[in-house]
Amino acid sequence: MAEKKTYKIAHNRKWCKNCGICVAVCSKHVYEMDSNDRQAIVNPQDCIGCQMCTEHCPDFALIVVEVRDE
Amino acid sequence: MRSDFLRLERLPDIWCPGCGNGVALRALLEAIEQLGLDPDKVVLVSGIGCSSRAPAYTAFDNVHTLHGRAIPVATGIKLANPKLTVIVITGDGDSSAIGGNHLIHAARRDVDITVVVFNNYNYGMTGGQASPLTPSSSITTTTPSGNLDRPFDLVNLAAGAGATYVARSGIYFTKHLVDHLKKAITHEGFSLVDTIVQCPTYYGRFNKRGDAAQMLVSQKDWLVLKSVAEKKTPEQLAGKVIIGEFVNIGRHGPAAASTMKEQA
Amino acid sequence: MSEATVLMQGNEAVAEGAIAAGVRFYAGYPITPSSEIAEIMARRMPQVGGTFIQMEDEIASVTAIIGASMAGKKVLTATSGPGFSLMQEGLGYACMVEAPIVILDSMRYGPSTGMPTKVSQMDLMQTRWGTHGDHWIIVLSPSSVQESYHLAIRAVNLAEKYRNPVILLSDETVSHLREPIDTALPEPIIDRRLPAQKTGYQPFKTDATLVPTIANLGTGFRTTYTGLVHGESGFQTANGHVAETLVQRMRDKLFNNLDDIIRLETDHSDDADILFMSFGITARGVTEAVETLRSRGRKAGSLRFITLFPFDDDRVRQAAGPAKTIVVPELNSGQLVLLLKRVFGDTRRIVPLNKVNGDLISPAEMLTFVREENL
Repeated sequence: MAEKKTYKIAHNRKWCKNCGICVAVCSKHVYEMDSNDRQAIVNPQDCIGCQMCTEHCPDFALIVVEVRDE
Repeated sequence: MRSDFLRLERLPDIWCPGCGNGVALRALLEAIEQLGLDPDKVVLVSGIGCSSRAPAYTAFDNVHTLHGRAIPVATGIKLANPKLTVIVITGDGDSSAIGGNHLIHAARRDVDITVVVFNNYNYGMTGGQASPLTPSSSITTTTPSGNLDRPFDLVNLAAGAGATYVARSGIYFTKHLVDHLKKAITHEGFSLVDTIVQCPTYYGRFNKRGDAAQMLVSQKDWLVLKSVAEKKTPEQLAGKVIIGEFVNIGRHGPAAASTMKEQA
Repeated sequence: MSEATVLMQGNEAVAEGAIAAGVRFYAGYPITPSSEIAEIMARRMPQVGGTFIQMEDEIASVTAIIGASMAGKKVLTATSGPGFSLMQEGLGYACMVEAPIVILDSMRYGPSTGMPTKVSQMDLMQTRWGTHGDHWIIVLSPSSVQESYHLAIRAVNLAEKYRNPVILLSDETVSHLREPIDTALPEPIIDRRLPAQKTGYQPFKTDATLVPTIANLGTGFRTTYTGLVHGESGFQTANGHVAETLVQRMRDKLFNNLDDIIRLETDHSDDADILFMSFGITARGVTEAVETLRSRGRKAGSLRFITLFPFDDDRVRQAAGPAKTIVVPELNSGQLVLLLKRVFGDTRRIVPLNKVNGDLISPAEMLTFVREENL
């Protein structure tokens, strides 16, 4: 049985404009807008590495990479 | 996408939160990477407007020109050095209004450049005025009671003027967009990709299209793949916009720009 | 070097001079009285390994040569008043991005379509102030076919040397004159300075010359251009200090080199009591008028502007000599005379001689004018 892959999300807070697109395009509810309407990573463990957020982030603020355990 | 294709020190960009331009730019950089083009031989040329700020964020040679004039500048660059890959980034107003004459003549000449239109259906930089691509009845700051004019169909305009590659895509469909950008760039001859992006600040707000995320995701509903559209009735396609490849033909004969010198 | 005397038309001399100076890209749009240049270039460019393209209008023509210039070519376009008006947009951009381009404007009667086949000198101020914003232009004015050839070469040289647009301000008559000329090069050919090092390269960083090197597109420098105000990095800014520095540098790069750029031709100005100041075709008539006046014992002289802009008041004052009366013949309602009134104020008597019917001012008319006005 294939191991479940895990992913690391790098979020550039300086470039992010909190537009909410990552929240909308993520099917795994990894992101949320917090009570101040700021983007927050709430469920990083559920990320499946689909890159929808990376490809649709207008601000080049998200990078999702696979974590490889040795 | 290679991060060294961006001038990181110039980010964050000037675009509004949720603007689609960054997504379109990313797709273009992805296409350039996938094609394995020599970054030293890629030149991005733009006009004036929100879209046209894109090239300055990239690490390629980039030329931010005058409103509407990106295409003739790009023509001069390409003819001066045919070995360069010359890509124009322009907006709907930049390309089809003030630059409309240059667009059709570059298509007619079949100059070997690629024009990527970041089409957000209005003039964003100046506050959301109507452009020649603004749909009829839409609200903009210069059509407060709804646009009385009909828009250009940019795809048919380019095709009618002689473009040898024409496609349309939307930024929700990133793989579709990247694929068509790649085909446009590698196409020998004049190519154009009408790239639909959202302007949540003006067009979206004035026309009650929801926030940036809703505008982006709703492309799933109103953009229809050409292959799917071919099986639909006109009634079913009402209010829809078709995406895909519309023209992909060989270069026009003796007028081809790269063979000009050989004629003499 | 091959030297040959050949019969040429003014427009042909401009085309051949430009080619001799290394122009290898021409974009243009037909317009009387400059169309021959496009026709000649359509034939000649392919012969010398260059590129000719007829664009859809003059806006496209000037922007196409700017693009080709950025990609490393020496470039030319040619037009007349109505087309030159359209080119003003591109001209301002060329100033801002410091693109070496040469525009020939063969003046015809205006405004608007005017009288397309009739001569005028009505575009003088348009060459200097036609585009918006503070900017600096080099304007050269030929009076003969020989000089059309020489100044075409000089225009290309100055454009490349100073990274600045240069206007070759000719007129319908000089454009269509046919005269024998010597095609020997009057000066060495100048090429633009290229940057040496990629590391740390800043597109608009300059040395003492105040003229940035040019990284031709596609040479690996990953350069950047914008018509927005920009700093040394080339990236746009709204910083007032950067803007001020940029505008001053664009001025100083020319004004620090006025000895190199400005050419004024004087004839008997050292002892003249009446001095004609003119440019272009009008200066031809002045030459004969001065000779005639001298033969009658009158101390007449002339000053001819070969370089019209940059305009340096001190140099004009010096060149003018002692003449108490300055006659300014020009084929417009008074443009050069405005500058001269500024230079001399009330220290000399400045007398305009204007003709606006589409004909030249003949030497006889100048003599009659001097007599009737008791000058």
